[in-house]
Amino acid sequence: MNPLELTRARPGPAFTITLDGREVEALPGQTVAAALWAAGVTSWRTTRGEGRPRGVFCGIGVCFDCLVTVNDRPNQRACLVALRPGDTVRTQEGTGHDG
Amino acid sequence: MADAGRETSQRPHLAVIGAGPAGLTAALTAARHGVRVTLVDAAPEAGGQFYRQPARELGARHPEALHHQWRTWERLREGLRGQEQAGSLRHLPEHHVWLVERRTDGFSVHALLGPEQERPAEVRADAVLLATGGYEKVLPFPGWTLPGVVTAGGAQAMLKGTLAVPGHTAVVAGTGPLLLPVATGLAAAGVRVAALVESADPGGFVRRSRALSAQPAKLAEAAEYAARLLRHRVRTLVHHTVVEAHGTGRLEAVTVAALDGDGRVRPGTGRRIACDTLAVGHGMVPHTDLAQGLGCRIDGVAVHVDDEQRTDVPGVWAAGEATGIGGATLSLAEGHIAGRSAAARLTGAVPDPRDWAGAARARAALRRFFAALDDVYAPPAHWAEQVGDDTVVCRCEEVTGGAIREAVAGLGAGDLRTVKLLTRAGMGWCQGRMCESGVAGVAGCPDTPARRLLARPVPLGVLARAGETDAPHGT
Ligand SMILES: Cc1cc2nc3c(=O)[nH]c(=O)nc-3n(C[C@H](O)[C@H](O)[C@H](O)COP(=O)(O)OP(=O)(O)OC[C@H]3O[C@@H](n4cnc5c(N)ncnc54)[C@H](O)[C@@H]3O)c2cc1C
Ligand code: FES
Repeated sequence: MNPLELTRARPGPAFTITLDGREVEALPGQTVAAALWAAGVTSWRTTRGEGRPRGVFCGIGVCFDCLVTVNDRPNQRACLVALRPGDTVRTQEGTGHDG
Repeated sequence: MADAGRETSQRPHLAVIGAGPAGLTAALTAARHGVRVTLVDAAPEAGGQFYRQPARELGARHPEALHHQWRTWERLREGLRGQEQAGSLRHLPEHHVWLVERRTDGFSVHALLGPEQERPAEVRADAVLLATGGYEKVLPFPGWTLPGVVTAGGAQAMLKGTLAVPGHTAVVAGTGPLLLPVATGLAAAGVRVAALVESADPGGFVRRSRALSAQPAKLAEAAEYAARLLRHRVRTLVHHTVVEAHGTGRLEAVTVAALDGDGRVRPGTGRRIACDTLAVGHGMVPHTDLAQGLGCRIDGVAVHVDDEQRTDVPGVWAAGEATGIGGATLSLAEGHIAGRSAAARLTGAVPDPRDWAGAARARAALRRFFAALDDVYAPPAHWAEQVGDDTVVCRCEEVTGGAIREAVAGLGAGDLRTVKLLTRAGMGWCQGRMCESGVAGVAGCPDTPARRLLARPVPLGVLARAGETDAPHGT
């Protein structure tokens, strides 16, 4: 069973967003992090110092590991930001301001 | 726009920050006893960590499948609706409070709106009640920064709030009672839980059985979790710890090992478990930033409160895990007492402790219970020995164990502040919230919470405008 079946969820129709130009399906109400997890993606940022991959860590907005660029705004916390149809999500490198 | 504190109503106004079990109970109790309440919370829905709800748009018709004590939540939710309709309570979701300011005529609660947190809002009140809960502590080990390693509570929060799971095969590890609902929750949601790895020693439970057996409800809860673990065929390893997470680019496996009587890893006991998810936690830390900003006394790592849940700053109450970690039931009891006390004092009455005798008894018993649990569920005594010189300890600034040891041994740093200044550990985005205990442990310094002036990062433009005028913005 998956969590949607377990809670008998009936979400509205799925919509598309893009992750680095590639189309990804999202459900209404899902955060960036949730939609990316559902698409099998666990990392969407590289660190400023060593360029290491990162994704969700605390899941509640405290750790800032999940920073991502959404609609050209860098440093958004993927675990907090809910997606809207047509959103463009980009992997964030470093501070997100250098490219 | 009208500010909540400036309405024509004569009723005193209490701002409650945090809509978890503690804040919600406190808000409802105060509203029922003659006080006008504004309940401010960062989340889109009330409920806090324990009663976290799937986003409305997901249309979950059976959210209780991921919860226990759902009836209590239904009661709180009904109460919230009722008080809102009666006009005695206003709930402001998606308000991230970054500062509570004391003024001559009361308090000013400064918040930023929405997930992007750029638009400011301000709420004026006669008194404030801090019910900000806590967050999870994770101690560092090699590989803990790999994608796929998440906090145990974080896995739970993502599951309850967005119905998302991190992968297919998980190991749940660390120490503390939160690991049980996390392991059973993930298993129920279809994740294969390859092992539950608890570093505590079951002998510790036996030695403290008096305080523990005084809480039959808690024992029943534990038994229920044990049964669920069995049903999902989750292998439980006690007195074991994760020594390393492996993978390149993302988590592929963990190595777990047995601990000896002193809390050291037993050589030769390591075994590798393949997994794509590690949900890990070493207990919880109270959220004390707002209390610290107000100048409230902090005892150890928690906000100090008296029998009425008052802090030592007049007009400021605190309840729930901000005042010490002890689970949802204790948070409910403390919230009730805080709400009664605040309502009485704000309406000019002398509070009568007999009004909350039942809650006070529950509070005393649960505090004893959690003090005993705290001793049992301490992280392994020698965990810092597993932190290598190249293990990242501060995740944001990528400061390694070696750099911290060099600051202590080579540069003579003797306290956490100096270690921070020399290495930048704890100076990044999260302001040390994720690494404070780790840095202190590796450096061999006491773990004291750093003073953070602001509870959230604030855009400079907002800071520049704040305090510029007395006219409230937003709300
Ligand atoms: C991620 C996580 C998941 C957890 N899951 C479980 C679980 O499944 N089962 C279980 O038994 N226990 C769980 N716990 C333990 C849980 O903390 C307690 O049992 C209980 O929820 C504590 O109640 P509380 O009211 O003190 O705080 P919380 O429930 O933590 O509520 C605090 C509220 O304050 C708000 N808040 C904090 N700071 C601010 C701010 N600056 N501005 C605005 N709002 C703010 C938060 O949004 C939150 O809603 C979890 C803890 C964490 C950290
Ligand atoms: S995962 Fe920690 S802030 Fe998003």
